[in-house]
Amino acid sequence: MSTVTVEPTPTLRLPARQPMFSPVSWRILIVVVVAVLGLVPICSMLVPAGSPFFLSAYALTLVGKIMCYAIGALALDLVWGYCGILSLGHSLFFALGGYMMGMYLMRSIGLEGVYHSHLPDFMVFLDWKALPWYWRGTEHFLYAALLIILVPGLLAWIFGFFAFRSRVKGVYLSIITQALTFAAMLLFYRNETGFGGNNGFTDFKRILGFPIAAVGTRTGLFMITFATLAGAFLACRYIVTSKLGRVVMAIRDTESRLMFLGYSPLGYKLFVWTFSAILCGIAGALYVPQVGIINPSEMSPGNSIEMAIWVAVGGRGTLIGPIIGAFIVNEAKSFLTASFSDYWLFFLGAMFVIVPLWLPKGVVGLFQRLRKKQ
Amino acid sequence: MPRSICSLLLALLVLVGGSTGVIALTADDLKPLGEDDFDAKSQALNQIIASGDATALRVLEAMGQENVVSTSDGRVLIQDGDVLKDPISDAPVAIKASDVQPITLNNLLRARVQSGLNGLKLQAPDHAVREKAINALFQAPDPAAKPLIEAARSKETDPVLKSRLDQLWALTALQDPDASKRLQAVQLIGERKDPQMRSLLMPLVAKQSDGTFAETDEKVRAAATVALKAMAFEQWKIEMIGTLFAGLSLGSILLLAALGLAITYGLIGVINMAHGEFLMIGAYATYVVQEFFRSHFQGALDWYPLAAVPASFLAAALAGFILERCVLRFLYGRPLETLLSTFGISLVLIQLVRTVFGAQNVEVSNPSWMSGGIALMQNLILPFNRIAIMAFALTVVGIASLVLNKTQLGLYIRATTQNRRMAACCGIRTWQVDSYAFAFGAGIAGLGGCALSQIGNVGPDLGQNYIIDSFMVVVLGGVGQLAGTIIGAMGLGIISKVIEPFWGAVLAKIAVLVFIVLFIQKRPRGLFALKGRSVEV
Repeated sequence: MSTVTVEPTPTLRLPARQPMFSPVSWRILIVVVVAVLGLVPICSMLVPAGSPFFLSAYALTLVGKIMCYAIGALALDLVWGYCGILSLGHSLFFALGGYMMGMYLMRSIGLEGVYHSHLPDFMVFLDWKALPWYWRGTEHFLYAALLIILVPGLLAWIFGFFAFRSRVKGVYLSIITQALTFAAMLLFYRNETGFGGNNGFTDFKRILGFPIAAVGTRTGLFMITFATLAGAFLACRYIVTSKLGRVVMAIRDTESRLMFLGYSPLGYKLFVWTFSAILCGIAGALYVPQVGIINPSEMSPGNSIEMAIWVAVGGRGTLIGPIIGAFIVNEAKSFLTASFSDYWLFFLGAMFVIVPLWLPKGVVGLFQRLRKKQ
Repeated sequence: MPRSICSLLLALLVLVGGSTGVIALTADDLKPLGEDDFDAKSQALNQIIASGDATALRVLEAMGQENVVSTSDGRVLIQDGDVLKDPISDAPVAIKASDVQPITLNNLLRARVQSGLNGLKLQAPDHAVREKAINALFQAPDPAAKPLIEAARSKETDPVLKSRLDQLWALTALQDPDASKRLQAVQLIGERKDPQMRSLLMPLVAKQSDGTFAETDEKVRAAATVALKAMAFEQWKIEMIGTLFAGLSLGSILLLAALGLAITYGLIGVINMAHGEFLMIGAYATYVVQEFFRSHFQGALDWYPLAAVPASFLAAALAGFILERCVLRFLYGRPLETLLSTFGISLVLIQLVRTVFGAQNVEVSNPSWMSGGIALMQNLILPFNRIAIMAFALTVVGIASLVLNKTQLGLYIRATTQNRRMAACCGIRTWQVDSYAFAFGAGIAGLGGCALSQIGNVGPDLGQNYIIDSFMVVVLGGVGQLAGTIIGAMGLGIISKVIEPFWGAVLAKIAVLVFIVLFIQKRPRGLFALKGRSVEV
């Protein structure tokens, strides 16, 4: 008698989930986060002003602002680098989040405005009698926070649903997102739409009761922004290493093949797109209290495209890339516009040409190439 | 004093032509003019107008120019430079200009003076003077001029002027106590079909607060209703034609802007964000040619567009050629990155123009033959520069269609658009075709810029306003076929202009955008899609 060995039927097993980070990367990440969260308050509030370790309010605001840009760039990279959707409308979501936050900040000053009215100053100035319905309840922070997430998210979902359903993609989609942003900008520039016209929202005094210009509040905002950036980075990493992330990347590479395999890309695209828009809205909401103003020029088509260049410079398709890119480009901008303002546009334009030609994977790609050579 | 000679002549002519003067004016009639009582002045004015003789004309002319003065003892005189004259005899008097005060008039009286003056001129023998007076009275009809108009009406011999005088009379006769005259007046106004006259007839059909009609005669009311309807229809017709014209005019600009984009997009699948800057280059080339003519061929300045058209084509085509050869060539197959780099190039071009020509708008003026317009109807003037642009757009489309359909380059472009690899297999050097087609598309944009310079501001940001609109045209019309671009451009132009009066320009733009997003749900490849086996990868 011989034993019959039954070969086990081969089963198709899904590949194991890719770990979010290697152990080394985890350690680096945790050290950086703890270091920043621990040291920044000390450097800005306890260290005396003359010391080399002192962080001035200006520096806090500048870095905080760039971190908001970095969150926006991260959001854009999620759709462009991983899903192949080059959005030229992310400045719209950024500005929408900013506007929601701005309205809360304007309402929260109560009667202390120039006209001592319950209405925001610009509405008194434009002779509005009552608050329009869509701004009701914005004096409550929680409701405003809900709007910060809902408004960009809902707009992105509706737009994405129609665009992705008819399989608009590539440059077509890019231009349509740009047109959407352009149209919204025109709308926000109008006085009668209730968004403050070309002055936008300004004259903020307090956030959640804390005076907005105080060093303590600035430090707090900085830390919240940093924590959001770190959280967004983790969330994006979680998404791109998940199964959903793999499908999304497959959509980027060959959408038609994926469809032949039986997937409908609509839901995947919509999820990533809407998530990205919400992230961008949050970035805008964090940006406004630090900068102190939000107006329609924030959503000019040029701004959206500039966002794309942060991602391209840093390296799209990597998550650390857009963060690095946002820092490089914006530091260069604040340096160049201060010292050679005429040449900033030449520099920016040159970057748009040079990066796709010679640095297709950005700075991160350059490092990877150098490391491989060694 | 040419002016006073003119008025003198006119006065003589009026005298010869036979005046209606019944009572000759005396110095006492004029006396109230120098006093303070405005009612008395008004009565004196009535008397002057009613007398209608040479003196009246002289006094009214002088009053119109604020040249009537009074002495302290109440004499009214006409001041002519440093000389004071007696209004009745028109002879100089020995009173110094420093001893008199100008008489004061209020706005009401000034208007009466003007209409009186026009009323008197109605009988001038000179045809042009009469016509001018009639037109002026149409602008501001004055019931007080009625006797003058009636008198002129009975004497007028020119049929055209006679009919206009009839209508003018009708305007003043609407308040006539005689119902048959009112009826005649209403009918005459109705024949004129001028929508501006609606406000005159409206009170006739309106009810008063107690429910009765202000106009008691039923026939007059019925005639007024008919006339109002005719006017409303006329108004509607003018608006329709105006909207259509504005739409076609906008459409032809969009067409010029989008035509090149459609060709390059169809060929290499690249949205050229610097396309708007080619428009700008064309406009600046026009400016340079104009300045060159201004400094070298002052006499031929009116014909500078003839040189500007080829110059703008060549300038933009050269820029396009360089752009394709030096940048885009290396990015084929990566459309999104191409989009970004063309945007970068547009930034560089804008900044370059700012550095060379300054950030301010430069002035490109219409040649004299392009200013003015055709008055198609009353209240509807079609400007020549818009018409010229429409004709120009039509010509450009014609040439583009000839190039694409009848030349070898066109054949190659079409072949490469349809199937790049098969075209290459047949021996077409597709990379050369790309360069030339790109230069051709850019050149057409340059022509568009040349056209734009004639109707709008020329500044470094000129192109930015057109890139989104031109892309919308391409989306709507589909790629690779001229008919699609033409219909897309004209359709968008007309839709925008139809919506604009209701919602305003901004909302119209948004509405058009929403419309296009919905439109591509149904037809993702535009109105006129190329049929074929090409599958998107």
